[in-house]
Amino acid sequence: MSKLRVGTIWLDGCSGCHMSFLDMDERLIEISKHIDIVYSPYVDAKEIPLEVDLFIVEGAISSDHDLSVIKTIRKNSKRILALGDCAITGNISVLKNLVGTHAILEKGYIELANINTTNEYPYKVVPKLLDKVIPLNEAVKVDLFLPGCPTPADAIYEVLNAIIEDRSFDISTLTRFGK
Amino acid sequence: MEHKRIIIEPVTRIEGHAKITIDINDYNEVEDARIHVTQFRGFEKICEGRPYTEMPALTARTCGICPVSHAVASSKACDELLAVRPPKAARNIRRIINLAQMVQSHALNFYHLSSPDFVYGFDAPKEDRNIFKLMQTHPHMAKDGIALRAFGQKIIESLGGKRIHPEWIVPGGMSHVVTKEQAQTILNELPQAFDMAQRTLKYFKENLHRFQKEVDAFGNFETLFLSIVGKKGQLEHYDGLLKLIDAQGNVIEQNIEPKEYKTYIGEAVEHDSYLKSPYYIPMGYPQGIYRVGALARLNIANECGTSYADEAFEVFKNINNGKPLLSSFYYHYARIIEIIYAIEKIEILLKDPKTFNENIRSHAKINRLNGVGCSEAPRGTLFHDYSSTNDGVITGMNLIIATGNNNLAMNQAVKQVAQTFVNPLDITDGALNKVEAVIRCFDPCLSCSTHAQGIVSSFIEIRDSKKNILQTLKRN
Repeated sequence: MSKLRVGTIWLDGCSGCHMSFLDMDERLIEISKHIDIVYSPYVDAKEIPLEVDLFIVEGAISSDHDLSVIKTIRKNSKRILALGDCAITGNISVLKNLVGTHAILEKGYIELANINTTNEYPYKVVPKLLDKVIPLNEAVKVDLFLPGCPTPADAIYEVLNAIIEDRSFDISTLTRFGK
Repeated sequence: MEHKRIIIEPVTRIEGHAKITIDINDYNEVEDARIHVTQFRGFEKICEGRPYTEMPALTARTCGICPVSHAVASSKACDELLAVRPPKAARNIRRIINLAQMVQSHALNFYHLSSPDFVYGFDAPKEDRNIFKLMQTHPHMAKDGIALRAFGQKIIESLGGKRIHPEWIVPGGMSHVVTKEQAQTILNELPQAFDMAQRTLKYFKENLHRFQKEVDAFGNFETLFLSIVGKKGQLEHYDGLLKLIDAQGNVIEQNIEPKEYKTYIGEAVEHDSYLKSPYYIPMGYPQGIYRVGALARLNIANECGTSYADEAFEVFKNINNGKPLLSSFYYHYARIIEIIYAIEKIEILLKDPKTFNENIRSHAKINRLNGVGCSEAPRGTLFHDYSSTNDGVITGMNLIIATGNNNLAMNQAVKQVAQTFVNPLDITDGALNKVEAVIRCFDPCLSCSTHAQGIVSSFIEIRDSKKNILQTLKRN
């Protein structure tokens, strides 16, 4: 049986869900026999590969770069799994929407800066922040939603195994929003 | 001829979103190189108007790698707002959790992110440079990494409520006591963790000679160093006074109360990164460059204060005859020594009867309108600075995050490595990996350093002096 081609990426989130993935501990070794991590912060791939079976996405979408990346991921992947509350609802990441992008930038780079030679926000090389942070399914179709803040390792393990074994799964006892 | 620019994006095997640009001049030399942090989450604004009681849990969400650091610094800032000192048991428990995080975070950097470079070499095929390959070729080493990280995570779960974003560290102390049974479970696993840490140290020391070129050029330059220290000048992570030394080891500042940080540390904005650049105000910007984190802590400390860590510390200090080590490659070495220290210290604290006292929380209403909480996160000195109303509504927040302190140094290090290893006429994957690897030395947590980021990738753009893209090279 060929290995499942899996990508993982972290957009506007805290990396907690990626750390929770590592919290599978020694079960990672077992899982790695059945999957190939073809794109991830943990490996050195630099572009979104083609023909990905499962793309695991942590975090919401808050920049033009996030938006273009998630569209490429959608194009190249059979299934997208929204990992964690930020990817699913926006969670902490959308708190920015309460005050707006401008106010966030003003606070960080004007009010709380000792030196800002031109009183501008960072604009060179860096991606532009969107006016509104959105969860994944506002930008693309999402196939699987796995909540949690972060999603517990046991829930990630169960879902990965179910996908590998091509069976159904029930995560209601393993996680919930906010857990 | 046009100036050219190489862009590495995203930088991989680091904890954050970043890209690196390398500028090439008319003579085909590397003229400059910079790291650009590409995400911004804005916690300083979104926390305004919310009750202080939410702050430890909310600010922990700046970072999934070091949420404990934020929960600790945040709770300490809240302690200041309440004007209370948490009971001894609570301080001990916070210390243990903080040290457990040191173990898991340092293990993550060494094994999961950096060890492929040590095992396979910086020039190894990129498909091999990851922990999953290590599981196949060096299963014992990979298992050590996984188990050592898990040791720290399990302690955080047991004492803090869960592994990531633990919720039991609260203003005034802790919300849950520690039982003797919990302590015993950890103590039973501790000798194994200690052995793993010693094996890590042995491996690193035995292989260090293979990386002389990296030692020489991986962020090897003079800067100031900043950390908190204990009362006797020893290694300290939870609570202490700030100390700043220069590259020769001369004391520049000491006995500084963390709440006075604004007198000494300023933040500058560069318009090509969402990460601000802190600097030592009396020396100005950018001359006031300083480094924080494990290397800074060991350069500044006069001892660790635990026996095995001090043995390793002495050998470490002898490398430069007692003077500060200047190469950022030694961050790796310093982190391993800190893992040993943390395990020893956890044992001491779990055997301290005071840890089990049931008095774990000081209750009060708001008694001060400003509070600064400062601790050493795995990556360096962390500041949470809050203003509040009398009712406990947060009206102002300033965060200086561990990784941010190293921004100037990371930029200088990237430039040094690019100038040493990247030949613009023959750009190799190995050379570009080294440019990324020097970033891994600092173990930057870019997610939290912009009070917000993710992880990285990599294509290369060649740009002219007007920054127009001339060509895009895929590293694959």
